[in-house]
Amino acid sequence: MSKGRFGIHGGQYIPETLMNAMLELEEAYKKYKDDPEFNRELTEMYNEYAGRPSRLYYAERMTKDLGGAKIYLKREDLNHTGSHKINNVIGQMLLAKRMGKTRVIAETGAGQHGVATATVAAMMGMECEIYMGKEDTIRQALNVYRMRLLGAKVHPVESGTATLKDAVSETFREWTNRIDDTHYVIGSVMGPYPFPEMVRDFQSVISKEIKAQMMEKEGRLPDVVMACVGGGSNAMGAFYNFIQDESVRLIGCEAAGRGIDTFETAATMNTGRLGIFHGMKSYFCQDEFGQIAPVYSISAGLDYPGIGPEHAYLHDIGRAEYVAITDDEAVDAFEYLSKIEGIIPAIESAHAVAYAMKLAPTMDKNKIIVINISGRGDKDVAAIARYRGEDLHE
Amino acid sequence: MSNISKAFENGKAFIPFITCGDPSLEVTEEIVYAMEEAGADLIELGIPFSDPTAEGPVIQEANIRALSGGVTTEKVFDLVRKLRKKVTIPMVFMTYANVVFSYGSEKFISICKEIGIDGLILPDIPFEEKEEFEGICKKYGLDLISLIAPTSHERISMIAKEANGFVYCVSSLGVTGTRTEITTDIGAMIKLVKDVKDIPCAVGFGISTPEQAKHMAEKADGVIVGSAIIKICAKYGRDCIPYVKEYVKSMKDAIR
Repeated sequence: MSKGRFGIHGGQYIPETLMNAMLELEEAYKKYKDDPEFNRELTEMYNEYAGRPSRLYYAERMTKDLGGAKIYLKREDLNHTGSHKINNVIGQMLLAKRMGKTRVIAETGAGQHGVATATVAAMMGMECEIYMGKEDTIRQALNVYRMRLLGAKVHPVESGTATLKDAVSETFREWTNRIDDTHYVIGSVMGPYPFPEMVRDFQSVISKEIKAQMMEKEGRLPDVVMACVGGGSNAMGAFYNFIQDESVRLIGCEAAGRGIDTFETAATMNTGRLGIFHGMKSYFCQDEFGQIAPVYSISAGLDYPGIGPEHAYLHDIGRAEYVAITDDEAVDAFEYLSKIEGIIPAIESAHAVAYAMKLAPTMDKNKIIVINISGRGDKDVAAIARYRGEDLHE
Repeated sequence: MSNISKAFENGKAFIPFITCGDPSLEVTEEIVYAMEEAGADLIELGIPFSDPTAEGPVIQEANIRALSGGVTTEKVFDLVRKLRKKVTIPMVFMTYANVVFSYGSEKFISICKEIGIDGLILPDIPFEEKEEFEGICKKYGLDLISLIAPTSHERISMIAKEANGFVYCVSSLGVTGTRTEITTDIGAMIKLVKDVKDIPCAVGFGISTPEQAKHMAEKADGVIVGSAIIKICAKYGRDCIPYVKEYVKSMKDAIR
């Protein structure tokens, strides 16, 4: 079995043209991951630029309303650029800079990762180009302008279904075209090794903080940690430091779209099967001949036919559970959290809120749930209004 | 010696690529007969994939046309069964790892053997991952073709040592598609291969004109052309056969 495996998953299924770049990245990552100066700079940027640590907020009204487990929200939405994406971007950009790269490229779905990449590129003075499905540039027009404002060039991708998977494919294609001065800042715990491991490490600051904050507030570990899952970076970050703590249930919430019994779904664990795509072996939504399925979710950030290989492994060994949440449930949760706590979550994060709304009432009042609010929902307001039949455009 | 070595016995090899089912499987069948008649030495049959990450726009679109026309792996197998009644030159499949893996690698490769496919080209399987398919390919006597790229450098010897059939030399950075100029030192890449193994080397990516083919054939044992042929298929649709035939003849003549 080759490098970078999580059980049978992971690996490096990429064209030969990129192999040396991957080896170079692996070498750089190994060299710097435990380097004190690198980590000092990383922590400084997390704190001074991204605004970390993010708050662990006790959602008192929500807890009382649901009448069960005590609910805490990990506020990744309060980070600079409004989501957890910046944790990974800062890490990869510091690494890219040390590798002598002057240009970064990235895919984006909802635009959160694109905005984070464009932001840090601006701050570090690097050239930045973002690939985004044409469909998503329409769904998330404001984010396109935001990236351009930050000095990035945005390429609408028209191939395939013109959504996130096509943006990933196109960024890989562009990378094979120009490798010497360019780093591909992958936005999730996916792709070829070392990306899944490296992105997880940069995102694991989330669970590291949750653990410390929980010990401080409650003097004990939570009973459940839950997060939404597309590729799975915010979930992996929220889970990672709890994997060894077997009393903590880890729950990933996938996008069921219009339902896992329909074709309009993006719930990989619930409807996909083992495959090889985008550099990794993992679970993918696909047809009987291995053609990747045109997935659907209201959430552009979860609208991806695969899942990171470490999630596939946690699923195989039964360490994490993966549940599917429909568009309707997510939209209800989006509105619920806005009204009950005054926090508008990203529609992606609303998938985790939706499952908490089902689970909390079934649990004792002395139990604790942590929901990772991976991003803020400002970007989704117009789309949700339209979903509710209002003629509102950005 | 595998069947593929026959492709390199008739001077420099001309290796055309087509996407099965673009514009239809019936036309693909006729194109293959025409290409063999026109002098093709080995044929790369592309099994379409929904997300071909190593392809440029021309072959991406051919994949989409073929899939929307209802092409499946099973139908491609049936096509090859028909082809093999007449075609004597070697044929290999070019597709992506998931098409093989998802079908069941052993089942897929054993069918390849049964229907007369001589090798597999999987652009998303680098040296480090070849054991996923290589053992099974060996068991059924198929060659899993190794690729080397302009960025491979010191990896070339490692790859060449374990290569079978022929070595696919990727001429340029980036994805498939025609290019006006190829700047890579192909001769140097091929020398690194030949230093460790006596195996034919064929150059692909970016080649479209007889002049380019002739130039590449001076350094390599064969020339692979895909996008230029797909463009003819796209332009003429079901009437493309004589045009493809004429093109293949001009390319083979240029490298003879």
